[in-house]
Amino acid sequence: MMMPEKEEILTVNAVNVFYKDSRKGILKKNNQVHILKDISFSMKEGEILGLVGESGSGKSTLAKAILGLIPYEGEIKQSSSFPQMVFQDPYGSLNPAKKIGWSLEEPLKLRGGMDAPQRKQRVQQMLEMVGLDEKFAERYPNQLSGGQRQRICIAVALMQEPKLLIADEPVSALDVTIQAQILELFEKIHREMGLSILFISHDLRVVYQMCDRVMIMKDGQIVESGLVEEVYFHHQSNYTERLLKAAGIETN
Amino acid sequence: MKYVGKKLVTMFLTLFAVTLFVFLAFHVISGDPATSMLGTEATPAKVAALREEMGLNDPVLIQYGRWAADFLKGDLGVSYSYRMPVGEMVLDKIPVTMTLTILAFLMMVVIAIPFGIYTARHAGGVIDRAIYVINQVIMAIPPFFSGILITLLFGRIFKLFTPGAYVSYEKDFLGFVGYLFFPALAIALPKAAMAVKLLRSSVIGESKLDYVRTAYSRGNRTSDVLYRHVLKNALIPVVTFLGMALADMIAGSIIIEQVFSIPGLGRILLTSISNRDYPVVMAIIVCIAVLVLVVNMIVDLVYGLIDPRISVE
Repeated sequence: MMMPEKEEILTVNAVNVFYKDSRKGILKKNNQVHILKDISFSMKEGEILGLVGESGSGKSTLAKAILGLIPYEGEIKQSSSFPQMVFQDPYGSLNPAKKIGWSLEEPLKLRGGMDAPQRKQRVQQMLEMVGLDEKFAERYPNQLSGGQRQRICIAVALMQEPKLLIADEPVSALDVTIQAQILELFEKIHREMGLSILFISHDLRVVYQMCDRVMIMKDGQIVESGLVEEVYFHHQSNYTERLLKAAGIETN
Repeated sequence: MKYVGKKLVTMFLTLFAVTLFVFLAFHVISGDPATSMLGTEATPAKVAALREEMGLNDPVLIQYGRWAADFLKGDLGVSYSYRMPVGEMVLDKIPVTMTLTILAFLMMVVIAIPFGIYTARHAGGVIDRAIYVINQVIMAIPPFFSGILITLLFGRIFKLFTPGAYVSYEKDFLGFVGYLFFPALAIALPKAAMAVKLLRSSVIGESKLDYVRTAYSRGNRTSDVLYRHVLKNALIPVVTFLGMALADMIAGSIIIEQVFSIPGLGRILLTSISNRDYPVVMAIIVCIAVLVLVVNMIVDLVYGLIDPRISVE
């Protein structure tokens, strides 16, 4: 079936990221560590793109570069407003001293243009969207379970109505039954809000379930990319095969 | 209410332990109040008679029991060496030591918070590194020595105050506070240096947490992140330290009162210890212990205000 041609929502062109090695020595020159090497890819509107790789391969660095949280060389073009991010650890991602309602309202305050009652109403709507009772607005993060917190983090990310959501290992810190619920929530917001999601994970099974396309990353480079079925069952690189084998996925 | 009740019980038990310990310690060290009371007139017969009269020959625990029973009735006893009621002696010294301590505490806070935030925001910069060095030096100088240096510098060279010219708070309150300014500074400086260091590392540590990164990813500016997100959380360990420092300052002021000739609790405590004047020493120890316990209770309550995760109930 041919899909209608969609607009490109994100274009990453020859992006390089260097970290300065902060351990300076008398005999050492300023060492630069090359984290991302010539990364290029694009994402279409409404697409869920998986980004897979082992720890230290540069997945999170790429996410931070797209968000503009770190300096990079190269070009990152976004067709829409500021992308938002959902992080791995739902325990640490919320300010422990603030009520949930405050955290949900903050993005609206930053964007401006809404008065207090409007913001409150939006908070209630969003809580409902992520499947939580409106009473949660009055609670503190420590009173919530991991799954509930991750729902809140997703809600906070959606407050500014982004077109692109970056989810960095969003279910890795959760136990398996909760993982399934959160993945369902991602599918729901994808369906209902037409959101594009860059889904970063090291879990190949989760990526298979969630994503349309997938990129395999190793040592700061994309070693393979394509439709999930192609990459999983007709992969070109040995590294992909190793990853799939390690995950216990039969490829032939 | 349950919290207050619990705290009061703990406070009572702590006071019991502290007073018993001090009482016992006094009987272990050498020296005899009867001998020091009699002074040059001390003959073995007179000393023995006085000891009998004062009840010093009874077992230690009975003496403690007698003291505790009187104390609970509100009778603090009579000073051995000054022959006046201990209550009267101690009562008008409390405001002096309290003012000194509170002044020092305020100075510590006023110095520590801005410097702590500044050094955290500009970590690694020239000023940060300069403050780091100054901090190390100040922390290494004990208050009694910085007291001497301050007397020399501000008293003798700049003539900002007259060393030894203590003004009573009953006569001239402003003059009194003015005189206590430099002693308070001597107490505050090393603690402020520690608090600067602690706040700096607390802010830096807090800034590395995930929720701060999340806050940036929402489009917050650096100063918004600092004041709206980081600071409140970063202050929690600092409040613990400030509380401990305040308790420590009460004790620290005893030494500084000596250096600056301030007639507060510290001075009579020291003279009373050398005179083996138990009733006075016990009364002052109780005062200091109560102050420290009250400070701890206030710190607990402040926690509840800045950190919703810690609730007093």
